[in-house]
Amino acid sequence: MTNEKNAVTSIEDSIVQVRDLNLFYGTSQALFNLDFDIPRNRVTALIGPSGCGKSTFIRCINRMNDLVDIVRIDGSIQLNGQDIFAKSVDVIDLRRRIGMVFQKSNPFPKSIYENVVYGLRIGGVTEKPDLDEAAVVSLKRAALWDEVKDRLHDSAMGLSGGQMQRLCIARAIAVAPDIILMDEPCSALDPRSTAHIEELIRELNGEYTIIIVTHNMQQASRVSDYTAFLYEGELVEFGKTKDLFTVPVEKATEDYITGRFG
Amino acid sequence: MKSKYLREGEPFVWCSGAALALILLLTLYLVGVIFQNGLGVFWVNSVARLEMTDGSLFMGEEIQTSEHSNGDSRVQLKIANRDLYSLDFKWVFHKDVTATSYPEDTVVVERLEYGNFIGFLSSVNLADTPASDGDQYSLLKTSLKDLSRHHGQIESVESQLADLNYEVERLDHKLGKLRYRDKQQSPDYAKIVAERNTLRLKFDGLVHQLSELERVQATNVAVFKDVNGTSVTLPLTSIVRIYKPNGLSFFGKFSLYVQKVWELFFDDPRESNTEGGLFPAIFGTVMLIVVMAIFSFPLGVIAGIYLREYARDGFMVRLVRIAVNNLAGIPSIVYGIFGLAFFVYGIGSSIDQIFFPEMLPAPTFGTGGMLWASLTLGLLTIPVVIVSTEEALGAIPGGIRESSYALGATKFQTLSRILLPLASPGIMTGFILAMARAAGEVAPLMITGVVKLAPSLPVDLQYPFLHLDRKFMHLGFHIYDIGFQSPNVEAAKPMVFVTTLLLLGIVIALTSTAIIMRSRMKKKFAIAD
Repeated sequence: MTNEKNAVTSIEDSIVQVRDLNLFYGTSQALFNLDFDIPRNRVTALIGPSGCGKSTFIRCINRMNDLVDIVRIDGSIQLNGQDIFAKSVDVIDLRRRIGMVFQKSNPFPKSIYENVVYGLRIGGVTEKPDLDEAAVVSLKRAALWDEVKDRLHDSAMGLSGGQMQRLCIARAIAVAPDIILMDEPCSALDPRSTAHIEELIRELNGEYTIIIVTHNMQQASRVSDYTAFLYEGELVEFGKTKDLFTVPVEKATEDYITGRFG
Repeated sequence: MKSKYLREGEPFVWCSGAALALILLLTLYLVGVIFQNGLGVFWVNSVARLEMTDGSLFMGEEIQTSEHSNGDSRVQLKIANRDLYSLDFKWVFHKDVTATSYPEDTVVVERLEYGNFIGFLSSVNLADTPASDGDQYSLLKTSLKDLSRHHGQIESVESQLADLNYEVERLDHKLGKLRYRDKQQSPDYAKIVAERNTLRLKFDGLVHQLSELERVQATNVAVFKDVNGTSVTLPLTSIVRIYKPNGLSFFGKFSLYVQKVWELFFDDPRESNTEGGLFPAIFGTVMLIVVMAIFSFPLGVIAGIYLREYARDGFMVRLVRIAVNNLAGIPSIVYGIFGLAFFVYGIGSSIDQIFFPEMLPAPTFGTGGMLWASLTLGLLTIPVVIVSTEEALGAIPGGIRESSYALGATKFQTLSRILLPLASPGIMTGFILAMARAAGEVAPLMITGVVKLAPSLPVDLQYPFLHLDRKFMHLGFHIYDIGFQSPNVEAAKPMVFVTTLLLLGIVIALTSTAIIMRSRMKKKFAIAD
């Protein structure tokens, strides 16, 4: 069933290949036979009603689910052709290549500067010039530089909610990841900050592979190139965003994006 | 109307407020009583001279008045002069008093023995100067001042003696070791014996010097008369301080007060602990807490970290958690008994057998001491530290951990760079509670090393400087000892309050330092909501 839906997925260049992915919390299954490719340096949105497995899925990509004891995973996810679940893969190294931004901005109780370079520091970078450069570049990429350049060594707790979320994005960018995962990055922000983040995502598009989970259909259509619609742990439809939102193949997709359920 | 009143929970607000107020009042009352009784102890009271209807005379400080059951009021006098009257205190009915006066020339003498003397100064007899008819009181004052210089001489000889004594003991210890290994024939043995003999000679010389100094001092005496004219001769060396309470101005009284408080902090106790200073007990209390903290805090924090971060949550962990929580509820005397059995008799005896066999049967570590008492207290406070560490770690939002892991941090990096700093204020709370608990415990100490009077401090200038095997004094035990075990409870009463006040002060000082540190940490590691 899943395979025919993925017919649309003729992707020029994919970075992640998901193959027959099943995930169980104890005995209850949360993801069913997910099978699709995620394009390189593009923004892919995951939409679907609450509890459909969007967050669970993106947490598979950087193996955050390892932290949950009862999770069991079947199938494979390939990143640049390598199975991330293989025994030889160092999960620390994997996570260093995949940045993640959470729903709730959670900067560390350190200075703005230390927040940005945290990933580098734990990775063993100690040279001050390297750290400084990474901090400046990442903050500029995250469109936060102008607002914080005079108070880099002040606590990150003094920032506004939107600024904190951009700081978290800067923190993720600083380690130069292959992929940035965003788990509902704007759901706790006001409309202005949301617009800011969305603009940032559009700017990062083309340079980074971004996978964004969102509840906001308009947001998905505004920022993403590709969209996957998940429903009750199954991939219902995956395709170019403009196609999926204008001419959905599946009835369920149409119902969901027109607000008939969800 | 009524239902609205109930619905809004107004009575509950009142109840909770009243509960808090009650607790606050009780605490304030307790602290108030301690302060009122403790702070006044060193204030100089006037000495009254009472003439009674039967012609007898009494002189003493008015301590308190009370209503007798038959309606007569009476006053308690501290008549002192224990060597003459054998009692320090006397109750006198006001109706029996015919005249009360406050003679200006009354003197109060603080002595090394028999407590205070209250009476009048008659004459001062000095060995090297002829008797003079001038103002005897100022003569006595100046000679006491001179004496304190001589006293320095005596003290220096005494401290030399103590050092020599320690040296001799050390040599004895070495000799014992050689004898234990049957090496009486070795050249070392003879050398040490010779060394010991020279020291012994030096020791005897010093003892002679000391007794000579003391003999000379003993010829300097002052003669006093009590209110009934009985004369008492006191060597100047036995006088700690002398003053005329009825002639003192406010500032005079104040400076005496300061002197006495200073003495309390920095002097050794006298008169079976009812007088003099509390320095050894203060030192023992603080050191006990510090040594306890060194053992128990790191251990408790590490155990808490393991329970929360590393142990797989399951039946065993839950069991351990319940056990830890219950540990906090075990009576402290049980910890004391455990400490005695496990630390003193178990580990201590083994240490003696392995490292100090030549000293046996005299125990070195196989008896109560600073080390074992601190370890016992450490055991007692560890549950508090574990629980607070666990709770502090548990209270950190999951998102913080996740974002650290997501950036490729290992568990250890996350723990050391993010979680521990964040948990530090909570862990500090545990430290504060543990310290306060440890400072207040007496029962377990009584069987693991506290003593009424310790001859030397656990830290001094004699190698190896830190003597954790030594017994020590403690303010909490001091309260119990002088309050309930003293031969002269009435005379010791003021000291009980003073000691309580001091213990309270130490606990407050320690915990408020910790609280200041905690608030700094809180400020530094606050997380945004």
